Amino acid sequence: MENLFGKTLEELKTVVNELGLPAYTAKQIADWLYKKHISSIDDMTNLSKDAREKLNTSYQLGLTPHSKVQASVDGTRKYLYPTTNNNFIETAYIPEESRATLCVSSQVGCKMGCLFCMTGKQGFQANLSTGEIVNQIKSLPEFDKLTNIVYMGMGEPFDNLRQVMNSLDILTSNWGFAMSPKRITVSTIGIVPAMKEFLENSECHLAVSLHTPFDSERRELMPIQNVYSLFDVLSEIKSWDFGRQRRISFEYIMFKGFNDSNKHVKEMARVLDGIKCRVNLIKFHPIPGTPLLGSDEETMESFKNALSAKGITTTVRRSRGEDIYAACGLLSTKELIKKDDKDY
Amino acid sequence: MGGKRSKVAGMQQQAARVQSNIKIAPDVFIISFRRPYDFKAGQVIGLTTSGKIEPRLYSIASGEQDEVIEILYNIKSDGLLTPQLASLTAGSTIYVTEPFGEFLGTLEPSFCLASGTGIAPFRSMFRSGYGEKTTLIHGGRFRESFYFQDEFAGPGYIRCISGEKLDGAFQGRLTLYLNQLDKLPPDYKYYICGSAEMVVDVRDILIKKGIAFNQIMAEIYF
Repeated sequence: MENLFGKTLEELKTVVNELGLPAYTAKQIADWLYKKHISSIDDMTNLSKDAREKLNTSYQLGLTPHSKVQASVDGTRKYLYPTTNNNFIETAYIPEESRATLCVSSQVGCKMGCLFCMTGKQGFQANLSTGEIVNQIKSLPEFDKLTNIVYMGMGEPFDNLRQVMNSLDILTSNWGFAMSPKRITVSTIGIVPAMKEFLENSECHLAVSLHTPFDSERRELMPIQNVYSLFDVLSEIKSWDFGRQRRISFEYIMFKGFNDSNKHVKEMARVLDGIKCRVNLIKFHPIPGTPLLGSDEETMESFKNALSAKGITTTVRRSRGEDIYAACGLLSTKELIKKDDKDY
Repeated sequence: MGGKRSKVAGMQQQAARVQSNIKIAPDVFIISFRRPYDFKAGQVIGLTTSGKIEPRLYSIASGEQDEVIEILYNIKSDGLLTPQLASLTAGSTIYVTEPFGEFLGTLEPSFCLASGTGIAPFRSMFRSGYGEKTTLIHGGRFRESFYFQDEFAGPGYIRCISGEKLDGAFQGRLTLYLNQLDKLPPDYKYYICGSAEMVVDVRDILIKKGIAFNQIMAEIYF
């Protein structure tokens, strides 16, 4: 049976039209789905009994509760959500003094294969549906406390662009959650055509995984560099005006002896010249079998100061949820994957 | 960055006429068309059947000097593009982007490691003269999985078959083959092309066997 949750207003209009219901019913359903807390279609009490019966014959609500939660000593909580085909995803809730951020997943696994990422180690299992993306938010026990959403969980959002864009539509539209796009950041490795479409059609913030300003080094870390080079990514970004309304940030995991030198500071300043941006320095959380080491705190601080001295707004992102493997690059449901036949 | 021009931002497409579209294995085809652009072995192009479907990226499987561009693809049953692609015949129109990408052939000694249709960029490299110092290891489930095997035949070509027995092939997965090797030359280049899971599995084995990660190049289907 098909889920109602996760449908955009346009899709709900199609649903009510096909069921022979009045057109205004679509907006009523959207209200119930995204503005209220209900547990079944029968709870949509301002719909006629006939409308609810018709909906019940073909649709279910489609909200899925988490199946497991882990709590960090720092207050971070990691939720496990089941998705279709016996897959699972992880979602990290990160409370701070002045805000509460949810790090959502867009795919089960990831195709990008970055050398430093635990999610990449499990390969790719599935794209999430729009409903499965938004369900991580709506079914969160701390839903009412949320202030910010970041698409930085499992998967590459722009490798699942349609569903991600629909989820942003639901989150930011007045008929949906009516969140400000300024509260939402979508992170990408830099899939250029999809990034361009996102920039054209969304007002949400953008974060780009940079990790080194040198092409040859980036290729060693991130296979995507062979297809969409940093030059291509930055060329596209430079054609957009990142003023007050929309923010662009660059994510930079710091690896000891690899990307933490003065040479990197200089090149960062050169390649980011002309882009009004922020650089977020991130501590590397080692994963099994990795040949990489993280830079120490002193080096990170020096790197931050050197970039700041070049006029680049730079912050060191606090590591959260490391003890429950909820920190950056650590989300994984590899242990829960049912092994399929491999083609190699 | 002065002087360089990004080829991918707009993914401008050009019409091309299909010359042939041949089924070479269950659900696997080679489509060919007269090439509208020059390219480097190992590059990809975007390809679609109409403006309504976003182009998907495919590695070029033909050589730099070949008159046609060949694309090796398999049908994704839940996909929009590949079922349509499979229905095309000679004379049909497709739309292709300029070639781009930096997963390029090398004249240095190298290992090329592929699974399934991940053989495509290596076939392009071999046809373009980059295969002389290369050992090519191809993993597949069945005997029909070893596309272009007649072209590769020789001591530097190793097939790893996991789903049935095949004379002359290593019995087992490509990862098993690599794990059984005593050592790998640390100064060679290692090229990997395949699914995300294959690439990370193989890369992990190479690193475990002492290959520095800066000697490893990977291309992942996505």
